[in-house]
Amino acid sequence: MMNEPLAYGPLIGILAMAFATLMTRFAGYWLMGHIPLTKRVRRVLEILPGAIMAATIVPIVAKVGPAALIAVVVAAVSMIVKRNEFIAVGLALVAVSLTRAFGV
Amino acid sequence: MVPGTIVFAAAYGTLAAQKGLTLSEAVLMSALVYGGASQLVAMEVWTSPLTLSTVVSLAVVTGIVNARFILMGATLRPWLGALPPWQAYAALNGTVDATWLIATRYRAEGGSDVSVFAGAALTLWLIWVGSAIPGYLLGAFIADPKRFGFDLMLPIFFAAMFVPLWRGARRAVGWVVAGVVALAVSYLVPGWWFIVAGALTGSIAGAFIDDE
Repeated sequence: MMNEPLAYGPLIGILAMAFATLMTRFAGYWLMGHIPLTKRVRRVLEILPGAIMAATIVPIVAKVGPAALIAVVVAAVSMIVKRNEFIAVGLALVAVSLTRAFGV
Repeated sequence: MVPGTIVFAAAYGTLAAQKGLTLSEAVLMSALVYGGASQLVAMEVWTSPLTLSTVVSLAVVTGIVNARFILMGATLRPWLGALPPWQAYAALNGTVDATWLIATRYRAEGGSDVSVFAGAALTLWLIWVGSAIPGYLLGAFIADPKRFGFDLMLPIFFAAMFVPLWRGARRAVGWVVAGVVALAVSYLVPGWWFIVAGALTGSIAGAFIDDE
């Protein structure tokens, strides 16, 4: 049952994601009305966004290889030099296209 | 923040098209979930057709990626707590990184009008949902997305978003732990659980190391 195709699968998937997100939006607000968030929990939540990014980037770069490494480095360096997402993403995509065009 | 949101939404739309979602499914997800990073990660987990175990994975991964909203919601309590609960909970639906930043700045400058938060949330939501459509059409038209690096949209985006988070090496210990654990788990466990395992281990380890 766990691995059979679901009827209305995409709709169920979207609703499950929406429900999970709703819980995160309500949970902290609700909790604050009942118990204060400890300093340590606060720290965990502060570190979490960067941790999600690191945990995503590193294995993908290891799996995909040089093209992914170049993409990630170009995007990051571009953001350090100029804080503009348009430019960073554009340059990274150009870098990957060139890398792959040369067969790396 | 608006240009960033447009690029982000278009990237999501492109990935959604490649993963075989219909345009209405892609738009519905943006409208109901309204969480950029979680939708990008979900596109990696997504399969066609979906099974029950994939749906569970989607919910768990989405909950973890969006766990930062828990903290944001907590910081909004002193402000929204003055409202009737139904209004407060309605306003919380607009919590995303950008609206939370706007709200926090506005509060720091002494503002107290909740409609500023609600207005920013509604505007950004419309931009978010609308910008996914051109991205989707682009993704549906491109025959070989790999050639243009579109398959690497997620790591590219995260690398760009990572830079403004930097607050010195000491704060980065948890992120290093997250990367290392995720790498190890990615070799041991199939699927996308390495994101969850790495992110949770890293942020918990980081919080304890920073304590001492």
